[in-house]
Amino acid sequence: MEINAKSADRNLLLELSGELDHHGARNSLREVEMAIDAALPKTLVLDMAGVTFMDSSGIALILRAQQRMQLLDGSILVCNVPPQARRVLDAAGIGRLVTIR
Amino acid sequence: MKTKATNEVLLEFPSRSSNEGFARAAVSCFAAQMDPTLNELEDIKTAVSEAVTNAIVHAYPDAIGKVTVRVRICPGNVLELTVKDHGRGIADVEKAREPLFTTGGEERSGMGFTIMESFMDKLTVRSVPGRGTTVLMRKKLAPRMKSGK
Repeated sequence: MEINAKSADRNLLLELSGELDHHGARNSLREVEMAIDAALPKTLVLDMAGVTFMDSSGIALILRAQQRMQLLDGSILVCNVPPQARRVLDAAGIGRLVTIR
Repeated sequence: MKTKATNEVLLEFPSRSSNEGFARAAVSCFAAQMDPTLNELEDIKTAVSEAVTNAIVHAYPDAIGKVTVRVRICPGNVLELTVKDHGRGIADVEKAREPLFTTGGEERSGMGFTIMESFMDKLTVRSVPGRGTTVLMRKKLAPRMKSGK
């Protein structure tokens, strides 16, 4: 699990890649939070294009990021979700809580 | 009542998180002989991941214990998965199966059982506090063109 951060004009783009399971997400939660705290973005984009596998650990990560963004009065967008990860998000009804594109 | 399996495999490993990926890959390799679609294979991997992660996180929170995964191929193109631990068990299985319920803190979403239920056809959870938990899942794969055997 790797996270690549790009920040400009108070927009933060986090590109996630690899396997987003419990093992892979362990340090990623902290990394995502630190990236948000450093950039204080208005908009956070989580780009999932490189995610090769995701289970409910990814849901926890997305919800945590969303909570963090709510504290900052910002918004979150999840994009380029591969089909397997998309089914996980849909099964959990995450589309009602977070914008997925 | 146990249906006779046409083929089966038993995996046993310590409850280390690095084995989550191993369990997914091993089950998916074994299930490949059923000629599943990519979607079916991904559904199976996801369900295995959730069940094994539960055992690793919840059954053995402060220790390393044994996790077993049994995969059985049953008549009618049915895949049966049993994930078993001898950990601390679940006091209230009903409650544990509710969406968003978790005792795992902020790094868990509480959606594990919901995902297993939605990705597999049948989910049975048996647990005895202090003795361990057994999660049984079944999934019927879509019939495919036969290529012999």
